[in-house]
Amino acid sequence: MAELRFRDDEALEQPAVTLDSFLTQSNATAVRLEPDEDARQLIPHLDRLTLVEIAFPKFRDGRGYSSARILREAGYTGELRAQGDVLVDQIAYMRRCGFDSFAPDAPLDDAVVAASLARYDHAYQAAADAAVPVWKLRHG
Amino acid sequence: MYKYDQYDQAIVDARVAEFSDQVRRRLAGDITEDQFKPLRLMNGLYLQLHAYMLRVAIPYGTLDSRQMRMLAHIARTYDRDYGHFTTRQNIQYNWIKLEDAPAILEDLAKVEMHAIQTSGNCIRNISSDQYAGAAADEITDPRPWAELLRQWSTFHPEFSYLPRKFKIAVIAADEDRAAMRLHDIGIQIVTRDGQLGAAFYVGGGMGRTPMVAPLIKDFVPIADYLSYAEACLRVYNRYGRRDNIYKARIKILIHELGAEEYARQVEAEFAHVKSLGIDPPAAELDRIAAFFAPPAFETGLPDSVDRTDPDFAVWLDQNVKAHKQPGYAIVNISLKPVGGIPGDASSAQIDVMADLAERYSFDELRVTHAQNIVLPHVAKRDLYAVWQALTDADLAAANLDLISDIIACPGLDYCSLANARSIPVAQKIAQRFADVERQRTLGELKLKISGCINACGHHHAGHIGILGVDRKGTENYQLLLGGSGAEDTSLGKITGPGFDEDGIVDAVERVTDKYLELREGGERFLDTYRRVGFDPFKEAIYG
Repeated sequence: MAELRFRDDEALEQPAVTLDSFLTQSNATAVRLEPDEDARQLIPHLDRLTLVEIAFPKFRDGRGYSSARILREAGYTGELRAQGDVLVDQIAYMRRCGFDSFAPDAPLDDAVVAASLARYDHAYQAAADAAVPVWKLRHG
Repeated sequence: MYKYDQYDQAIVDARVAEFSDQVRRRLAGDITEDQFKPLRLMNGLYLQLHAYMLRVAIPYGTLDSRQMRMLAHIARTYDRDYGHFTTRQNIQYNWIKLEDAPAILEDLAKVEMHAIQTSGNCIRNISSDQYAGAAADEITDPRPWAELLRQWSTFHPEFSYLPRKFKIAVIAADEDRAAMRLHDIGIQIVTRDGQLGAAFYVGGGMGRTPMVAPLIKDFVPIADYLSYAEACLRVYNRYGRRDNIYKARIKILIHELGAEEYARQVEAEFAHVKSLGIDPPAAELDRIAAFFAPPAFETGLPDSVDRTDPDFAVWLDQNVKAHKQPGYAIVNISLKPVGGIPGDASSAQIDVMADLAERYSFDELRVTHAQNIVLPHVAKRDLYAVWQALTDADLAAANLDLISDIIACPGLDYCSLANARSIPVAQKIAQRFADVERQRTLGELKLKISGCINACGHHHAGHIGILGVDRKGTENYQLLLGGSGAEDTSLGKITGPGFDEDGIVDAVERVTDKYLELREGGERFLDTYRRVGFDPFKEAIYG
């Protein structure tokens, strides 16, 4: 269950199955990706997915950031959840990579989350969020 | 020089606020040291043997006098009155208090500086050619291309928790003054059909497994430049090893996959990434490049220099290099006085260099990867005055690229990773070869010392390299021969059993004696070594 969610739709509590089970089981709508699993294997099935949970067993392991972007770049619009060793100072980067819900192992301080998400008015690079990169602001 | 606009300044200001808040939470005990570590590391703050060390970014090694004076101010106010210029063209301060770090960052932000991504497993400060904008052999100034990368990589949301640190260098000349192929990505700006583009070399590095980067793509046009870099990084972020910190650099991935397979994966990723619209228009490179337009050089200046003063003439021959503009020269300020600590400068010396840059070098300075400082644009008529001022500040060592112009890491005197001290070895070698005429007789000889296998002192790339190791609890030094960080990049080879501190100095001398005996014509040490091979030197060392 997500502790922090940035979506308007109702959270559907459904068990996220492993990638292997998902690929062999036609009725699952929620899947959990481990850091070493290839997000691109989900691309043919995006239309039936409502939740992708990406595991962060260690906060230092940044593979999940690429997995998230790959799914968003492929057009996935369902819930994208970061689960595990997710630290408050990572939330802003994760939001930029397309995560819209968070299930951290340790509780987050809401005030610190809010402050860190509001901190930067600008971003240098385009990513999976709506932020307009600085170069576009400069050149219209 | 690049100047911040409102966006650049807002981002750096926000970073000061963010890090101040992180420090506050750490001091309050809200976050553990383990959780704080990646945060402070992404801001260049290391916990060393005796204190915190703060590394300040000097993008592509370029700064103006105002910034240089701020570096002096920080040394005076928050440290022990000196700073250490590094092989990554940065400066680090060795005696910082955690509670002072926010105030230091605030001071830096006032002069468009920061410590963003000077450590941590992210894209580090972009390095470049210290003669950019001044060298006759460059096809363009590489720094606009480096600045594009600086902006793209700053707080990159996908690439801030990479398997390991990531270093990028950009050059635009055939002569490589930045050890480009010993970086995770080395970029050479080249022309094709009259258009500028970037050649990407990927997977170089030093450390415990040194590798020279193979060419992955020979020409990436500006329109695809950032997309291609993004593709290179994404393949690494997804597939770089995370099971073993010592095998986590991109060089290991490319070594295991093979350069061709890596290039194929990057190409496939690029085909996708290119559709995402992450490349700025060419106008953005033009906007940045305008900041690096040549300064208002005077024309008709004399090219001759009065060499009457013999000490000045020695310095002139050794430390002053040709400039592309008639009447001007490139001045190298050696931070390697005999008996000194390589790369260290006092706040007073930093101020002197700032004053000289303001008065004589169009307000510009560069930091070199060999831990020296450059005044890039000095009129030849002013060289004598500059030399006199440098002499008064103990900054006129005439030893550029000679055996006492040693690259050395901080070693066991400061560093928690080191196995052995580097500084005393550098000092002893410099003292052994103190006679500058003796050094000039030996000619170009790049000696580089690391206090551990991580190779911060670039020992693999030294014509003569020294590696400090721990042998049963005592410091021991291995000797390497034949490395080069220049365009003829090569990796040094270990000669054999190591030596103690005095023994390594003797061994270096046996090598240089042998070289003088063997050399033919105008050969440099490296040329002789490559011609005669390893064995004559090995025999001279071990008998």
